[in-house]
Amino acid sequence: MTSKVVTIIDYGVGNLLSVKRGLEYNNASVSITGDPDKILKAERLVLPGVGAFANGMSELNKRDFIDLLSAVSLKGTPILGICLGMQFLLDQSEEFGITKGLGLIPGTVQAIQPMAQDGKKLKIPHIGWSNIIKPRDQDVNWSGTLLEGTDETSAVYFVHSFMAQPAISNHLIAGCLYGDNFIPAVIQSENIMGCQFHPEKSGKVGLKMLDNFLGL
Amino acid sequence: MKHKKVRLISRLDIKGPNLIKGIHLEGLRVIGDPQEYAKKYYLQGADELIYIDIVASLYGRSKLPEIVSRTVEEVFIPLTVGGGIRSVDDVKELLRAGADKVAINSAAVQRPDLINEVSRRFGSQCMVLSIEAKKQTDNTWEVYTDSGRERTGIDVIDWTKEGVMRGAGEILLTSIDAEGTKKGFDIDLIKAVTEVTNIPVIASGGMGSFSHLEDAIKIGDADAIAMADILHYERSTIPLIRDAAKKAEINVREHD
Repeated sequence: MTSKVVTIIDYGVGNLLSVKRGLEYNNASVSITGDPDKILKAERLVLPGVGAFANGMSELNKRDFIDLLSAVSLKGTPILGICLGMQFLLDQSEEFGITKGLGLIPGTVQAIQPMAQDGKKLKIPHIGWSNIIKPRDQDVNWSGTLLEGTDETSAVYFVHSFMAQPAISNHLIAGCLYGDNFIPAVIQSENIMGCQFHPEKSGKVGLKMLDNFLGL
Repeated sequence: MKHKKVRLISRLDIKGPNLIKGIHLEGLRVIGDPQEYAKKYYLQGADELIYIDIVASLYGRSKLPEIVSRTVEEVFIPLTVGGGIRSVDDVKELLRAGADKVAINSAAVQRPDLINEVSRRFGSQCMVLSIEAKKQTDNTWEVYTDSGRERTGIDVIDWTKEGVMRGAGEILLTSIDAEGTKKGFDIDLIKAVTEVTNIPVIASGGMGSFSHLEDAIKIGDADAIAMADILHYERSTIPLIRDAAKKAEINVREHD
C-alpha cells in the first residue's frame, strides 16, 4: 500500500511538527511547505494555526495564499483547517474588529459568550477536553466524515477564545458544549473541512480523525 | 458535577537531559529519561504534560527544544514547556520544536511586557504564567523566581491580576511550601488565586494522595492538577486517579 501524501501549509506561525507527527503516525507521507506551487499541486492540505485571526490572515496574505487557497479548493483538494485554521475558512472574524477570512465556508467567527445562564462566568480561553456531540435538532451522520468511528463519548482537546459559526446548518457536523455555548467543533462543505479542536493533541481519538482525513 | 472536565497533568521537572525531583524545588534527585516517562503518562491517559527546566533560568540555554521535539514524536497530547524563556524568539523556537504552550516565570517578573508580547504574537492560550508562591507570616503569598531561589517582594494576588491583564491565558500555580512534601496542595493559595481570575488555574505542588486533588478542585476551584513525584515514584497512577475522580463526581475525560 502506498502511503497517502499530505501537505501542511507553512506560513510562519505555530506548532507544525505535532500535526506532521500525527499524520505520520497514520502512515502518511507529510511535507511542510510554503511553496505556492507545491500547495497548488497537493493531494491533501492541512491549514494549521494558532494565535490571533488578523495576524494569521496577514501572514497568509503576505504570501499570496488567499487566492491560492481559493483555487485549490475549487480543484476539489481536501483541505483540513485546524483550530485557527478552521476559523480562517469562514467569511470573516469579529476578533479585535472585523477581519476578512478565506470565505471557503459561509459564516462568521464570533467570541464565546462568557456568561452562563446561571450567572457564573465561564473561563475564557476555553482550554481542555470536551466531548464532541451532534448538533441540536439535526440528524447528522458522522460516517464518511472526519468523525467516522468516534462517538459522543469521545473527548478532544480545545484551546480557543473564538468560535467558527457556519451560516448554513448543514455545514455543522459536530459541536461541544461549553457553559451555554454550543461551540462548532467540526464543519464541512464538500472538500473543505475544519475542526476547532486539535486532533494531533487529542490522543487516540484525534489520531483516528487524522486517519479519517487521509481516507477522504 | 461540574460541566467542564478537570485536567490531569503530569509535570516533569528537568535538569539537563534528566527527569529530576526535588523537595521545595531543591534537593534534586535524578529519576530518569523524561522521554520515557512522558510516553508512559501519555499512554496511561494523562490529559497534558508540563516540562519545566528548573535550572535553565540560572544557566541560560537548555536542552529543552531537543527534548520537546523527541517527545512529540510519540506523544499526542498538549505539551507546556517552561524554564529559561526570555524572549519571543525563545518561545518561537519551543513552539516550532513541538510545544503548544510556554510557561514563563522569572523573565515575566523581570520584564512584565514579555507577557503582552508573547500573548499578542502567539495568542493568550499559549502564554502560561508560572507563579511560584511562598506563604508569608501575614497570610499572604510572595512571588519567587528561579525555582524558588529568589524572592521578589511581589504579592501573588497582585501579580495574578497583572498577569491576566497583560494577556496570560492560564496560570501554573506552584506552592513552594507544599512542593514535594506529599502533604497536600496549599488550598488557601489556590482559592485566593482562582477567586481573582477568570482564566484556568493549574494547581501544582504537594499531591500525596487522591483526597488532596479532590480538595484542590472542590474547595480551591482549580481547573487542572499537575502531578509529579506521586506518578514518578508510582505511589499512584493516572488511571487510578481518574477512577477515584469519577467516584468523587469530578468530571474527567474518558480514556480508552
